[in-house]
Amino acid sequence: MKVKVLCRNPDDYVRETTRDIQRVPRNYDPTLHPFEVPREYTRAMNATKLERVFAKPFVAALDGHRDAVNCMAKHPTSLSTLLSGSCDGEVKVWNLPTKKCVRTLQAHEGFVRGMCARFCGTSFFTVGDDKTIKQWKMEAPGYGEEEEPLNMILGRTELLASCASDRSIILYDMREATPLQKVIMNMRSNTLCWNPMEAYIFTCANEDYHLYTYDMRQLSMPIVMHSDHVSAVLDVDYSPTGKEFVSASFDKTIRIFPEKKSHSREVYHTKRMQHVICVKWSLDNKYIVTGSDEMNIRLWKANASEKLGLSAEVKALHQLEPKLTTREKQAQNYSQKLKQKFQHHPQIRRITRHRHLPREIYSQRKELHVMKEARRRKELNVRKHSKPGSIPYVSEKKKHVVAVVD
Amino acid sequence: MMTSAVGVVFVGREEKKKKKTTSKMADAMGSKPAETHVGKEKRKSATKRYWQNTELNDPVKTEDRNHEKDSENHETSENKTERKKKRKHGPQGKKFISGKKDPFPGPAPVPEEKIRKFQRGQTSIVANDMFSDGSEILKSTLKDAEETSKLATEKAARFDLLLSEDAGFLEADEGEETCTIAQDDIADAVDITSGTKYFNLSLTQFGPYRLDYTRNGRHLLLGGRRGHVSCFDWHSKQLMCEINVMETVNDVKWLHSEAMFAVAQKKWLYIYDNTGIELHCIRRFNDVLRMQFLPYHFLLATASATGFLQYLDVSVGKQVAATCTKAGRLDVMAQNPYNAIIHLGHPTGVVTLWSPNQREPLVKMLCHRGGVRSIAVDKTGTYMVTSGLDRKLKVFDIRAFRPLQSYFLPAGASCLSLSQRGLLSACTGDIVQVYKDVWGTPVKKPYMAHRVRGAVWGAQFCPFEDVLGIGHGEGFTSMIVPGAGEPNFDGLDSNPYRSVKQRQEWEVKALLEKIQPELISLDPDQLCKVDRATWEQRHQERVKQLGYDPLAKEKFTPRHKGKGRSSSGNIEKRKRQVAHEDQRELIRQTVEEKLAKEKEIKEKEKKKAQQGQRSALDRFKK
Repeated sequence: MKVKVLCRNPDDYVRETTRDIQRVPRNYDPTLHPFEVPREYTRAMNATKLERVFAKPFVAALDGHRDAVNCMAKHPTSLSTLLSGSCDGEVKVWNLPTKKCVRTLQAHEGFVRGMCARFCGTSFFTVGDDKTIKQWKMEAPGYGEEEEPLNMILGRTELLASCASDRSIILYDMREATPLQKVIMNMRSNTLCWNPMEAYIFTCANEDYHLYTYDMRQLSMPIVMHSDHVSAVLDVDYSPTGKEFVSASFDKTIRIFPEKKSHSREVYHTKRMQHVICVKWSLDNKYIVTGSDEMNIRLWKANASEKLGLSAEVKALHQLEPKLTTREKQAQNYSQKLKQKFQHHPQIRRITRHRHLPREIYSQRKELHVMKEARRRKELNVRKHSKPGSIPYVSEKKKHVVAVVD
Repeated sequence: MMTSAVGVVFVGREEKKKKKTTSKMADAMGSKPAETHVGKEKRKSATKRYWQNTELNDPVKTEDRNHEKDSENHETSENKTERKKKRKHGPQGKKFISGKKDPFPGPAPVPEEKIRKFQRGQTSIVANDMFSDGSEILKSTLKDAEETSKLATEKAARFDLLLSEDAGFLEADEGEETCTIAQDDIADAVDITSGTKYFNLSLTQFGPYRLDYTRNGRHLLLGGRRGHVSCFDWHSKQLMCEINVMETVNDVKWLHSEAMFAVAQKKWLYIYDNTGIELHCIRRFNDVLRMQFLPYHFLLATASATGFLQYLDVSVGKQVAATCTKAGRLDVMAQNPYNAIIHLGHPTGVVTLWSPNQREPLVKMLCHRGGVRSIAVDKTGTYMVTSGLDRKLKVFDIRAFRPLQSYFLPAGASCLSLSQRGLLSACTGDIVQVYKDVWGTPVKKPYMAHRVRGAVWGAQFCPFEDVLGIGHGEGFTSMIVPGAGEPNFDGLDSNPYRSVKQRQEWEVKALLEKIQPELISLDPDQLCKVDRATWEQRHQERVKQLGYDPLAKEKFTPRHKGKGRSSSGNIEKRKRQVAHEDQRELIRQTVEEKLAKEKEIKEKEKKKAQQGQRSALDRFKK
C-alpha cells in the first residue's frame, strides 16, 4: 500500500516572530475564487462611490483685487507663482502655496487686457486699455528702488495674435506678412487655446455656449463641438498633457472636457463665484485657477477626488511619510482599471455622472434642451413637406461655421 | 485572482522593458571587435589565484605584484560584471564566455493544460476579424486587452508550477483493492500528525449528529439531534464551546467565520457566537430543517418543514426573500458553490433550482422515480449528484441539464458530499463509501469504504484536508480520505492558519465586496458579457411589461376650434385629412419599392436577353 495524506507544517504558514509580516500563500486557481465578475463589479461600484465621496475640488480662494479679475498668466518656471490683472489696471503677483499676494503693481489705467510671462521667467508683459504694452521685472524692486516698467510701448491696440475678433478666427504665420487662414463663425469666439501636445489642434471658446476644437489643416468643420455650458464661454485652457481642457463661462461654472468628448466630465461651481472670466490649468497638471467677476481668484483640484499632499520624493527628502505608499498606489490603479471596465453599467454610470447643479443652470439646461428639440422637429417637418433631397442633412458641427477665407 | 491579475500584468510589463534594454546592450556587445584586452586579461587572471600565489619572499617584488594584482582584480571585476550581464539574457547571448551553451534557453515552457486552466472566456476575437469594419482605435484597444489577459494567464500558469504542496493519494498493492484498506492501517502507515486525523468521538447520549466545517476547514461544529451543540478547533482538538439547547436540533451551520454559527432548532432559528452565547432568535424563520450559507453573498438560506425557502442576509439581519415552494416538507437541500443557486430535492423525485430573485423555480428536473434523498454539487458548478429512494445514484451535467451516469446501489445512498478534488462520499446505513471520478468512466468499485457505529446522519469533506467528517448515531468519526482536499489554499480567501487580526481584516474586506442578492443567476459571468439583445427585442419586452407601446404614435384628436368650425362633420373631415396624410406616406413607400423591384426585374431580363444571343463560339469560353 502506498499512501500520502496532506500534512502541512504550520511553520511554513505562520510567521516566525510577531515582528515578522504574516505569510500569505497564494493560489490563483479560478475554481477557488468563484463569483469573479460579481465581486469585481461590487468593487468597481465601491470605488465609484468612494470617488464621489472624496470629490472635494475646492482648495483655496485668493482675495485682494479691488475689481474683477480680467486676465491671468502662469509663471513658466515656477509652479507657485501666478500673475493676475484686474479691471482697474492693477496687477498682482501671488504665491500660491502660502496663498498670499507678493506684489501689487498699478500697471495701467483702465482694464488690464492681457498679460504673459517671458519664457525664461525674468519679466512679464501687460497690455492695457490705455493703449500701452508694458514690460515688468518678475522680482520685486529692492529697497529704495522705485517700481517702474522696464519698457513701455505706446501705440495701437492691434497686436500680433494668432486669433480672434469679429466672429472670426485668424491664423497668422509669424514669418509672413499676410494671415494664413480665417474662419468666420456664427458668433464671436472669445478665446483660443492651442493643444500643447498636438500642435495643429486648437480649441476656441465661443459666445454661442459651445467650444469648438479645430484641426488647423481643416478649418471647414470643427473636429468636436463641446457643449454643456448654458451661457457664453469666456476662457479656455489646456492641461499640459493635452488630453483635457478647462473652460470658464458666464454661467458661473467651469467645466472640464476631455479633448475628444463632446460633453464635460466635471463641473465646478460655488455659491459665491460669479461670472468666471479667466481660467488657467497649472503646469503640474494638478490644479486649476479661476479668476472671476467678484474679485476673487480660486484654486481648484484638476481631479476632484485626488489625494493631495507632498509628493513621495519631497517627503522622503524631509523624512516624512510619503503621500501614497506602494500598496495605496496599487489599489488606486486597480480600482481605476475596474471603474474603466464597468463604466458602461447603468448603475455605475449614473453614479459617476451625478452632479449637483445650481437651480438656474439646471432649469436653463432643460430649457435649452427643449429649444434644441423644437429646432430639430421643425427641420424634420420642413424636410417632410418639401421635395425629397431639397433640404440636405447638415451635421450640427458644420452649422456653426459660416465661411473659411484663405 | 483578480487583484493579483492586474498586479501580475504590471510586473510583466516591467520585465518586458528590462528585456528590451538588455537586448540593446547585447547588440552593443555583439558589435565589439572580437579581440578585446578584456578577454586576454581574463585568461591571465584565470591562471593566477590568490591561493596559488606562493612566491612571497621578495618584498619589493611582492609590492609590484600587489600593484599588478590590484589592476588585475579591477579588470576581473569588470569582467565579472560583463559576464553577469551576458548571463542575464542567456538566450540572446547564446553562448557563455566559457563556451558552453545554455541547455535550457529562455523561460521554462508552461504546459498547455495549465494555461487552459487559467483562461477565461473566448480569445482571439481580433484575430477572427470579427471587427474588420470596426474603428482602428477599437481594434487596437481590443488587441491590447487581449495581450494583457494572455500575459496574465501565462503568469498565473507559471506561478502554478511553484505551488508547494501536492495532493494526497492511496495506491493498493497488487491483488489488493483500495476499498479494503482499513482506516487503522492508513493511520499507522502515515506520519503521526496525519494519523491523528483519524479519530472517533463517542457521543452516545444526544445523537445522531449533524456537522459543519468552516470554509477554511479549521473548525468543526457538531449538532446532536437531542440538543447537544459543540464547536471546536479540530486541528488542535481545542473545545470552543459546548451547550445543550434543550430542544431538537435539525441542522447546524457556521456563518461567514468561526465567530458565529446558526442552529435550526425545533421551532425557530437561533444564532450563537463561538462561546455559546445566544445572539439572536429569529422568529421569522420557523421549522427550519436544512440550511445553507452562501459565503460571498452573506446569505443564510433555510428550507423549512412548511415548504418555505427563506434567505437571511446575515450582515444586516434582514430577510431578503421568502418563497413558498408549494412542495411540502423540504429536507433535501444543497447549494451550487459556482453560482449560489439553491437546489432542493422533493419526495416526488424532482430537483428544483432556486434563486432569491424569482418566486418560481429556475429549473425543475425529474431526477428519480422515488423521492430524492440527497443532493451534492461540485465546486465548478458542472456536475450534480443525486440519490433517491429508487436506490439509484445519478450524475447530471447541470450546465446542459442532462444525465451523465446512473448507478444502482443495492441499499441506496444518503448524505452525499463532494470533496474539493471531486471525490464523492455516499452513506448507506452505517457504511460510508467514497467514490472517485463518478462523472467520468462508469465506476465499478468504491475508492474507500468505512463502517461507523451508528446510522450516518451527516457527512462532509473537510476543505483543504484529506478528511471526511461523519456524524452518526454514536457520535462523530473523522475519516482519512487521501486525495480529497485541495493541497494549496489561497491565503487571502480562506486561510486555515490565519490569526485573529488577519481574520478581522478579511472580514472587513469580505463585507465590503459582499455581492448583492440580485446578482444571483444561473450564469455568474453574465455581468461581463455583451448584451446582444437587439433593440427591437428589448422593445417588445417592454411593451409586454407595460401592456402598451410607449413609442406608438398618438392617436390624432382634432383641436377644438371656436366660431362653429368644430362641427362634427368638420372634425371628421380633419381626422380623415390626417389619416390620408399617413396613408400617403405608406403608399409612397410601397410605390417606390414596387418601382425599384420592376427596375430590377427589367435589368435581369435585359441581361438574360443579352445572354440569349450567344454566338456559336461562346461554347469554347470558360
